[in-house]
Amino acid sequence: MIPEIGHFALVIALCLALVQTIVPIIGAQTNTSQWVAVAKPAARGQFLFIIISYICLTYSFIKNDFSVLYVANNANTALPLEYKISAVWGAHEGSLLLWVLMLSAWTYAVTIFSRSLPNNMVARVIGVMGFVSVGFLLFTLLTSNPFERIFPVPLEGRDLNPLLQDPGLVIHPPMLYMGYVGFSVAFAFAIAALLDGKLDSAWARWSRPWATMAWVFLTIGIALGSWWAYQELGWGGWWFWDPVENASFMPWLVGTALIHSLAVTEKRSSFKNWTVLLAILAFSLSLLGTFLVRSGVLVSVHAFATDPARGVYILMFLAIVIGGSLLLYALRAPKIKSIGQFELVSRETALLLNNVLLLVAMFTILVGTLYPLFLDALNAGKISVGPPYFNAVFVPLMLPLVLIIGVGPFLRWKKAGLAETLKKLLKIIVIGLIVGAALPFVVAGKTSILVVVGISLAAWSVLAALYYLFKNVFRGESTLSSLQRFKKIPRATYGMVVAHVGIGIFVIGVTFVSAFEEEKEVPMRVGEKVEMSGYEFGFNGVKDVQGPNYSSKQASLSVLKDNKLIATLLPEKRTYLVQESPMTEAGIDTGVFRDIYVALGEQIDHEAWGMRLYYKPFIQWIWFGAALMALGGLLAALDKRYRLKLKREKVAIASTDNKQTAAPVAP
Amino acid sequence: MRPKRKQRLIFVTILLIGFSSATALGVYALQKNKTYFHTPAEINAGSVEQDILFRVGGLVVEGSVNRFDDGVTTEFDLTDTEGTVTLRYKGLLPDLFREGQGIVAQGKLNADGIIVAQEVLAKHDENYMPPEVADALKASGASHPENIPKKNY
Repeated sequence: MIPEIGHFALVIALCLALVQTIVPIIGAQTNTSQWVAVAKPAARGQFLFIIISYICLTYSFIKNDFSVLYVANNANTALPLEYKISAVWGAHEGSLLLWVLMLSAWTYAVTIFSRSLPNNMVARVIGVMGFVSVGFLLFTLLTSNPFERIFPVPLEGRDLNPLLQDPGLVIHPPMLYMGYVGFSVAFAFAIAALLDGKLDSAWARWSRPWATMAWVFLTIGIALGSWWAYQELGWGGWWFWDPVENASFMPWLVGTALIHSLAVTEKRSSFKNWTVLLAILAFSLSLLGTFLVRSGVLVSVHAFATDPARGVYILMFLAIVIGGSLLLYALRAPKIKSIGQFELVSRETALLLNNVLLLVAMFTILVGTLYPLFLDALNAGKISVGPPYFNAVFVPLMLPLVLIIGVGPFLRWKKAGLAETLKKLLKIIVIGLIVGAALPFVVAGKTSILVVVGISLAAWSVLAALYYLFKNVFRGESTLSSLQRFKKIPRATYGMVVAHVGIGIFVIGVTFVSAFEEEKEVPMRVGEKVEMSGYEFGFNGVKDVQGPNYSSKQASLSVLKDNKLIATLLPEKRTYLVQESPMTEAGIDTGVFRDIYVALGEQIDHEAWGMRLYYKPFIQWIWFGAALMALGGLLAALDKRYRLKLKREKVAIASTDNKQTAAPVAP
Repeated sequence: MRPKRKQRLIFVTILLIGFSSATALGVYALQKNKTYFHTPAEINAGSVEQDILFRVGGLVVEGSVNRFDDGVTTEFDLTDTEGTVTLRYKGLLPDLFREGQGIVAQGKLNADGIIVAQEVLAKHDENYMPPEVADALKASGASHPENIPKKNY
């Protein structure tokens, strides 16, 4: 009964989504206020019914209702409760349900936080989001119904993929989807503005916090995925250039370009065409990511689905969304006028360079990800493009980007003097170079050109960002005291500073771990000791451990430094009983300056085991840097200015509304 | 030049330089770093030259796994039912590496005709077969269709 309610709620949600698409957009185009007024209730109703549907599926998981095919395939009575709840998005059908849930949640948020926007604009935005929702709800109902029953009912479920039974993976997909789907808001704003034919700086200001929030979620989602891969895959790596990772990274790169380009559009009324295209592209890439992951076209652990019908549907939907929005853009573009002008050396140019570099980087990743698929489709041979390609193209593109990060904020809008700006920053440049030259020696006692370049750039972006803040607090031109200036600095500026510091921290982590990590693959006997990177690893033995739905061999290793015990690591090799799949649980001693990471390999003879030992300097800085970037984005999205202006606009709109309503009454 | 035109020129020039240098970089890196996939049968027929990195996929032959005395080097045979090749790998094998399991390896052919693998991949699911392996098996008209399981979602 409950699954049928869930299914039915999904159908009602589809009907509401159709209403939400058609009525408000027609209403806005024809200026019919009754039709426009349908937008918010329809969106909220859709949200409600999708929640109901989602709860029904969760309930089926908790109650072990194996008559539902999806539950039977992805759960088991022995599965712990938290994983039963997260198993809802553990495979294709449920993750789609999560997708539409997030989409309707974002739409709901739009209905709440857009009270001060013109009604027609909001109606169009909600309508566009409704259209996306129709696409995904139809897809779910037609090709991937999570409530499908099976008969005869199996006594036991096939259990959740053991790889997904990890706390990191419980929150990773929702965050990632929040990001993916979040770009639909910026997309909807862009389409709404195109429909309206009015792209002004108000439009940029409205969509900015939304785009930034989506970017924040995507950043957290990607970072969590990377952290999970590090913990769970047993190879000690944090980024594999796996097609599925690329699928989430491409919208991130475009999203980063978008939030910077929106700044120019808001402040300078420039880059309008470009910003609209970026908004369309960011969301299109989110859809492409969904297509790549969900159609099963990729050779990857993430690609769960192998049903071509699904792929064709998403591809067609993708064609409609991208084709339709580009067509609309082509029709409206001649009308769009960018007013702001700028010289070659200006903040605009710096942001333009930022955009070009990010887009080019995205483009090279797109090529590396899709090229093998094209060749395969054309029967031109099977090839694979691995990490060497991506590192070779990505790293050189990011170096100039980090250079610009440091100098960009110091450049004035419209026209700036490069020599004069660099002179101001001379101290920072020198200190950055000194840090880059010295820090590797302090940390590892050795260095190389690449390390010096990496650390100098990282130090440059951190120091320049902090110097920017310092200058604003202590060197302001006004008569205010430092404290007053400190309080006056907008949150968005703090956001920028924190995010740019985060990039520097991230680069430090990446540079050190790729240059100075050490690893050893060795057979170890019980009682044997192995020396690596100044640490001594002693193997104490292996014992059997029983988990709720797995049995495990747990090894114990003592890690000593200077004959002092610093950690006892317990790497495991689990066998999940239902799917009989083995899984490595690494033993990790986490520290600020280094991780020690041990993975248990296979048993060689009765007392020797294969062991993988890693020394990973500064690896946690990678995720700490990403967390700072996300925090920076959050600060920027919460800037007071958006709310203050909202209030002011509300007053302005209220007065114009009065005039409009007053007009017909007047004789 | 009028400022508007000048601005457009800056715009276009930066875009052009960015995209063309990226294309050059990308094409070069792609040429250097792509690896082709070959089936054991193709390798037996001599389609792969020595010291060129490539990928191979197939099923691990039952009873062929042989561990060297150093404890970390293994040798095993890989088959697509039409041809069989021998691989050598130094390092710990992935969790799911088993006899009869479909795997993909990346490596180079040495003078003795043995593939020295740099990487061995086995997928994390007993039902899952790397698509390349499944295709290779299909292409060779595998006599054991039950060996080509499909993920049944």
